[in-house]
Amino acid sequence: MQTLANPARFLKIARPLTPVLGWGGALLIVGALAVGLFVAPRDYLQGESVRIIYVHVPAAWLGMGGWTGLAIASFMQLVWRHPLAAIAARAIAVPGAVFAALCLVTGSLWGKPTWGTYWQWDARLTSMLILLFLYIAYIALDDAERERGGEGRIAAIFGLVGAINIPIIHYSVEYWNTLHQGQSISFLRASSTVDASMLWPLLVSAAGFSLLFGAIVLMRMRAALARQKVEARLRRYS
Amino acid sequence: MKPKTQRLFLLVLAIVAVLGAVLLAMSALKDQAAYFYAPADVAREGAPQGRNVRIGGMVRQGSIRRNADGVTIDFVVRDDSPHVINVRYRGIVPDLFREESGVVAEGRFQESGLFVADEILAKHDENYMPPQLDVKKGEHKSESLK
Repeated sequence: MQTLANPARFLKIARPLTPVLGWGGALLIVGALAVGLFVAPRDYLQGESVRIIYVHVPAAWLGMGGWTGLAIASFMQLVWRHPLAAIAARAIAVPGAVFAALCLVTGSLWGKPTWGTYWQWDARLTSMLILLFLYIAYIALDDAERERGGEGRIAAIFGLVGAINIPIIHYSVEYWNTLHQGQSISFLRASSTVDASMLWPLLVSAAGFSLLFGAIVLMRMRAALARQKVEARLRRYS
Repeated sequence: MKPKTQRLFLLVLAIVAVLGAVLLAMSALKDQAAYFYAPADVAREGAPQGRNVRIGGMVRQGSIRRNADGVTIDFVVRDDSPHVINVRYRGIVPDLFREESGVVAEGRFQESGLFVADEILAKHDENYMPPQLDVKKGEHKSESLK
């Protein structure tokens, strides 16, 4: 981590890594979605509408994983004052918000044919909507702070405090009774109630979307570093 | 103490404090944020009268009865407790509404204890599998197989 905190060293690794993650992710997504839509079986209860799972679940995981990463970066920024940590947290916010929104939209479309409703204020749906609002608030706060020449410390504190929503989302379906069903896949217990024929395209899709997420974050971090360089030079010449 | 260590210490302390506050808030919200009442909750706390509430549970096997008018159905909602709720609903139910499957109903309790629903939502469980597998496991009886 310490060696990566050096922006020059980071760029040396990030530059070749970006296309690998981006194209690798795109390839996995196309493959997994093709299998999910045309090869994987329909569900015994839900029929064909179950196929939206191959986008919905990866989007949910990345929406939540994004904020987890954002919080870890914020923590490192606050304690060790790594300039790269602040850049990473900012870079995660936008794709994180997009995936949280994608999770909500696909979930809503999935809810109509299965539950019979686009939206209900149950604990899982509400806490996920709060996550999207937290992302939007983080982006606005961070922009406002930077406009005034701040280092993004207020945004980092917000990123850290907002992380408490992540375990709430996770445990919402166990702690409260909800319309949303309970947890199907647990990495901690290495168990799943999704049949293997549906599980593997789901996991490949999640891996693909994760790689794509990584590529977007690296691209945004590189763009932020380039902008910093430009601004520093402009200051020197003016 | 080095400033770095001091920041680490302060931040960890702050995180623990916030986490404690959230746990307290969640435990206080345990009942308020529940999406529906289960039959056991209604038996314990009494049927809430005169206001719209949601009840939920499993549709008891063999309990769905269609009335003579063709659009009104009666069914029984159960949970793991011995208590049940009798529900009446007039309208179209979701495709996934079926016996031995989850249901959430919004409506009002009558004085007789009957729950009259304005809206029925289907709640499915966390299992996903192909249709062939379901027949093998025999967990859900399919009408078309008879």
